[in-house]
Amino acid sequence: MNIFTEPVGVSHYLVVGAVMFVAGAVCMATKRNALGVLMGIELVLNGANVNFVAFGSQYLRPGANIGLDGQLIALFVIVLAAAEAAVALAITLNFYNNHSTVDVDQADELKG
Amino acid sequence: MEPINWHSVFFMLFSLVACGFSLAVVLTSNIVRMAFYLVIALAATSGLFFLAGADFVGAMQIMIYVGGTLVLLIFGVMLTAKGPFINMKTAAGEWILATIVGGSLFVVLLSAATNVPSWQALDERPAEAQVTATRLGMALMGARVDALEEADPVTRRGLSGYLLPFEIVSVHLLVVLIGAAYLARPKKRARGSADSL
Amino acid sequence: MAEFLRNYISPDWLAYAIAAFIQAFLLVNLVAVGALVFIWLERKVSGRIQDRLGPTRVGGKFGWLQTLADGIKLVTKEDLMPAGADGMLFKLAPYVSFCASYAAYLALPLANDWVSARLNVAVFFIIAVLGLEVFGVILAGYASASKWSLFGAMREAAQVVSYEVPLGMCVVVPVLIAGTMDLVTIGQMQSGLFINWFVFHDPFTFITFWVYFTCATASVNRAPFDLAEAESELVAGFHTEYSGLRWSIFFMAEYGSMFAVSGLAAILFFGGWNGPFPITHWLGLADSSNPLAHYVANFLGMVNMMGKCIFGVTFMMWVRWTLPRLRIDQVMTTCLKYCTPIAAVAFLGAVLWTYAFPGGLLIPTNYGPVREGQMLLEPYPPTAYNEAPPSGIAQASTTHERGERGTD
Repeated sequence: MNIFTEPVGVSHYLVVGAVMFVAGAVCMATKRNALGVLMGIELVLNGANVNFVAFGSQYLRPGANIGLDGQLIALFVIVLAAAEAAVALAITLNFYNNHSTVDVDQADELKG
Repeated sequence: MEPINWHSVFFMLFSLVACGFSLAVVLTSNIVRMAFYLVIALAATSGLFFLAGADFVGAMQIMIYVGGTLVLLIFGVMLTAKGPFINMKTAAGEWILATIVGGSLFVVLLSAATNVPSWQALDERPAEAQVTATRLGMALMGARVDALEEADPVTRRGLSGYLLPFEIVSVHLLVVLIGAAYLARPKKRARGSADSL
Repeated sequence: MAEFLRNYISPDWLAYAIAAFIQAFLLVNLVAVGALVFIWLERKVSGRIQDRLGPTRVGGKFGWLQTLADGIKLVTKEDLMPAGADGMLFKLAPYVSFCASYAAYLALPLANDWVSARLNVAVFFIIAVLGLEVFGVILAGYASASKWSLFGAMREAAQVVSYEVPLGMCVVVPVLIAGTMDLVTIGQMQSGLFINWFVFHDPFTFITFWVYFTCATASVNRAPFDLAEAESELVAGFHTEYSGLRWSIFFMAEYGSMFAVSGLAAILFFGGWNGPFPITHWLGLADSSNPLAHYVANFLGMVNMMGKCIFGVTFMMWVRWTLPRLRIDQVMTTCLKYCTPIAAVAFLGAVLWTYAFPGGLLIPTNYGPVREGQMLLEPYPPTAYNEAPPSGIAQASTTHERGERGTD
């Protein structure tokens, strides 16, 4: 029961961020559905956000944190991720309208 | 017995949920379930933000990410699914390659995260964080009021306001709104099925 | 409460867990019993508007146990699931809706400092969490494997997400007048006579209240915006395939959300737990250091708050049985062409009004402009009626529970 009595530090948050980042990267690499790739992108950005917020947290590192910068960067990342998801979804819908499928393996018209 | 540290308990709970459901997103092949697991993973991440003292970012994560971006993704899933539960499976060879690359990346990140001594957990827990949303608002308007509390004069000079990025992001969102609406306008389809809302 | 229990139960963590469980249980009861009362109230109100009596038999003259009888009937119904449905998502959808609706109560204060978690960003948190209810609806519509459910769910998702924009803008107006998003502080600032309430602060806030109420009604899918559950068009919309207890959880979520948005309107515009006249102040209950008197003052405040919330819910019911239902294009037109511009103009007007008349136009307000030398990061100084609010997220406490506060 040691984990329940010891305080957590920045390294714990970084591990969580790493897991989400790797999960998102694997998702981007392996999914055939274009929307699955989009979900991988969201996971990657979230993993990075967890890192930013952990470094900016006054609670986890009272003296040596990056303060408000961490939270503000996380804020901007969230907003830009939403914008990017909107555009990516519009592109995917266009692709679906033209090819009637969202399988990324079928998007090979410009191939070689 | 030592007193139980509730912050750590909730951290473990939220982080297990977030990591577990992120892995579930990767491992499942049903696109709707993937979206649902992603919703839970991002909501748990918001809980992690609240625990780290970033209340505003946590609330924003729920409102924009979970309540906006993922609703958008689920709409996309509904609009592009031909059959009700469509599955696109990945070949086994790709899975093995992805696992090797992902695993090695994870090992590198894990060793980097746990080996830096200044990132380890502290022994005693300080008082609760005092960041209010006022400071964030003032920083977005260009006035870094938390610089008043910064002891080191070098750091104090380096804290800049965020007014310009704020304006850029506002214009950016406007551009994205118009662009996405234009890109996704209704057009003739190649072999359309009778999908309509 | 946790410290009180700690003296009796030996493992510390068990005492804290039980204290947290009791508080959560009380809040769940507020939602569940509230839904019970509101369903009965709806049937009575709709009956009277339609010139009939409503339920009169169960439980005496007014039929107030009718909902309990209905609940027992719903529990005994057969638990159906369509053959092509996605089992896990089908079963999970009502609970997602209910959790989203319930989480809004975490930050909603019922009296002065009687709040489950005193968040610095409480207003933002409530708006964010109420927007999560749409997930339960989408999942229900999708997992039911039925065209009608899917259409209903998609229309409702589009409606809720669209109305979040004017809702957010309307909510920002009292926040900018108050200078903080902390709901407890906003309530404390409206103490005193009813002219201190934000709705009477300037005409733009008055307009904002009506736009807020419209957007809140659309956000919880009540008529005239209830085409997602339109009984005459889509069978029953997204909850067509739900029967028995699962259906009742959806309705607990709906009435819970109605109560939560009414509560938010009450605190932001109508002074929350402050009555029209500061009776507890005149009686000296609020100022005394006697904890019992303080408790009585807060209890009267809670009664005030509940009264305002119930009036808000009744008003929504009244509107439901009076106005006809809007079509989806009319709903979107109302949002984009009427509510959003009016909210934006009211926002601008409120900003200019606060700039031009900082101390209030006819009657001096007890929250004034920023005074010389006042630290911008502190909340407003306490008046005689309220205590000094803490300047951080939570007070220093002996426990490590984040935001968990007892009521004693």
